[in-house]
Amino acid sequence: MLVGLVMAGAACRQDMHDAPRFEPLEESDFFRDKRSARPLLEGTVARGHLRAEEAFYTGKVNNQPVVELPMPLTRDLLERGRERFNIYCSPCHGHTGEGQGMVVRRGFKQAASFHDPRLRGIAIGYFVDVMTNGFGQMPDYRTQVAPRDRWAIAAYIRALQLSRSATVDDVPGEERRKLETGGTPGASTSDEEGSTSHE
Amino acid sequence: MSQIFPKSANAWARFSLFGLLLLIALGGWSILLLQRSDFVTAARAHVQQPIQFSHLHHVGGEGFDCRYCHTSVEESAFANVPSTKICMNCHSQIWLESPYLEPVRESFKTGQSLEWIRVHDLPDFVYFNHSIHVNKGVGCETCHGRVDQMPAMQQVASLQMEWCLDCHRNPEQYLRPRAQVTAMGYVPEGDQLEIGRRLKQEYKVLDAQTLTSCSTCHR
Ligand code: HEC
Ligand code: HEC
Ligand code: HEC
Ligand code: HEC
Ligand code: HEC
Ligand code: HEC
Repeated sequence: MLVGLVMAGAACRQDMHDAPRFEPLEESDFFRDKRSARPLLEGTVARGHLRAEEAFYTGKVNNQPVVELPMPLTRDLLERGRERFNIYCSPCHGHTGEGQGMVVRRGFKQAASFHDPRLRGIAIGYFVDVMTNGFGQMPDYRTQVAPRDRWAIAAYIRALQLSRSATVDDVPGEERRKLETGGTPGASTSDEEGSTSHE
Repeated sequence: MSQIFPKSANAWARFSLFGLLLLIALGGWSILLLQRSDFVTAARAHVQQPIQFSHLHHVGGEGFDCRYCHTSVEESAFANVPSTKICMNCHSQIWLESPYLEPVRESFKTGQSLEWIRVHDLPDFVYFNHSIHVNKGVGCETCHGRVDQMPAMQQVASLQMEWCLDCHRNPEQYLRPRAQVTAMGYVPEGDQLEIGRRLKQEYKVLDAQTLTSCSTCHR
């Protein structure tokens, strides 16, 4: 009887559990490709998705990479860039940007090193362009990284590059004293500058 | 006339009365237990997916961040399950020969979606939102467990109302710094309650009254 009761109790729970609406990515039996989320018709633009500012969305103006960041360079922007870089780029390019990430070690084509002289000299918009459209064997990150974050990553890559040519004078006073007296700088700082650790 | 019932029958009668009460209590208790058991809540149930995708390999082994694949977890209610294109970012070049990846290549070629089976599924009369939790410092691990050690995805929490409420009454038991939200195996640096209380203030987490009112989750 006990089992019967529980079964009866369990059985009448389901009616309101699946309401007649689609949850994100739920299967539809109405459309032939079974997607309940419908793709846009060709030539249409979803509200709020008009890409009018060419420089911001593509990193290019008249096919030339943009030289200036289209937003103020702040500590927050760099922090955001570091976080996003570590999520989306480090699997291949490594945390320091040398191009020796996990996926490369598992047999992916050697990813570019951001410390290559050519890439050190290139306009910042170029990085945004590569993220938006991909490059050679590198996939694009259009769907995974939002436009503003692409600029944050680009700014962070610049910071990684500059960290390579940094001299002792660039180290803030407190940390420099530690360096000079032979102590190790805080773990977070060395990570940030990317100059000491090779993953 | 001899008595039908021996004298001890009185004792037996009393005993069986108590016995009956005990039996009812026991029955009720086991129903309550059963309601919370993994069998009913489907926690730890094994789900057969179209592809043997392993979080153990991708997160534990390779160290990829959750957000590489679950791209919308910080901005929307829905965490997102990665598209075929995201798998192909890497698998266009590595493990090309693997038979396990045939459905991914097939889907990429034909444009047909991969049909993943849901592991977690709240009833539709409950409103849940990932972004608010992630942005207020509730880690994936707190609700989904050690994903980095799961060869196949499992639900570890009951997802019952009392589970949600346990946290909504005292979120400080679980809060962690935002930067650690996707970290697995996080250990608080110091006393959890103290850190939790500080973060609760810093992130301006709503009070228990609001968080436990019915219309927060049933809207
Ligand atoms: C799946 C691996 C992978 C990931 C992830 C990845 N890249 Fe790449 N990247 C490559 C490979 C491989 C190359 C070299 C491409 C070639 O030469 O064909 C490359 C090259 C580049 C280049 C140099 C292009 C040139 O002119 O040489 C830039 C810039 C770049 N990547 C930026 C990024 C950024 C920014 C991210 C994160 C949003 C990222 N990559 C993530 C694999 C990756
Ligand atoms: C390489 C891509 C990838 C990464 C990285 C990744 N996941 Fe997943 N995740 C998937 C795929 C694909 C599925 C669907 C298949 C399945 O359920 O195993 C999934 C499913 C899940 C589910 C179950 C969804 C459901 O159906 O209920 C949870 C929970 C989850 N992931 C959490 C995480 C967490 C937490 C992390 C980071 C620690 C993470 N994932 C990292 C690809 C990924
Ligand atoms: C960032 C790179 C990356 C992404 C994205 C990625 N994988 Fe992987 N995958 C790997 C690596 C590296 C391995 C090898 C893991 C190991 O051996 O420890 C692997 C292994 C696998 C294997 C095991 C293959 C075998 O023969 O044992 C399967 C299956 C798999 N991935 C499925 C997927 C699916 C499905 C997705 C998309 C949801 C995905 N992967 C996305 C990098 C990636
Ligand atoms: C407060 C608890 C909680 C936290 C924190 C949490 N999740 Fe979830 N997750 C859930 C619940 C509950 C569901 C089921 C939602 C439903 O059925 O509508 C779910 C579902 C999912 C799914 C399936 C797709 C979806 O959105 O329904 C994925 C993937 C997932 N979670 C990944 C993650 C990742 C990655 C993180 C950390 C960045 C995370 N979750 C943090 C509770 C949580
Ligand atoms: C481990 C802790 C934890 C668990 C478990 C948890 N929550 Fe939450 N939840 C929070 C915190 C913290 C907030 C942030 C409150 C705020 O907005 O300040 C929140 C906020 C919410 C909100 C938004 C409230 C608002 O009005 O802004 C909803 C809805 C919600 N949770 C639903 C759920 C549901 C449904 C479950 C169970 C499936 C659940 N939560 C489980 C910690 C948790
Ligand atoms: C923190 C989120 C949250 C709050 C607040 C909340 N609930 Fe729920 N409720 C849930 C979840 C999650 C479930 C689904 C439980 C399950 O699937 O077993 C649920 C289920 C229910 C059910 C259906 C039980 C069943 O077995 O189907 C009822 C009735 C209910 N809630 C009433 C209430 C009332 C009344 C309140 C206010 C006092 C309330 N809830 C507040 C999350 C919440």
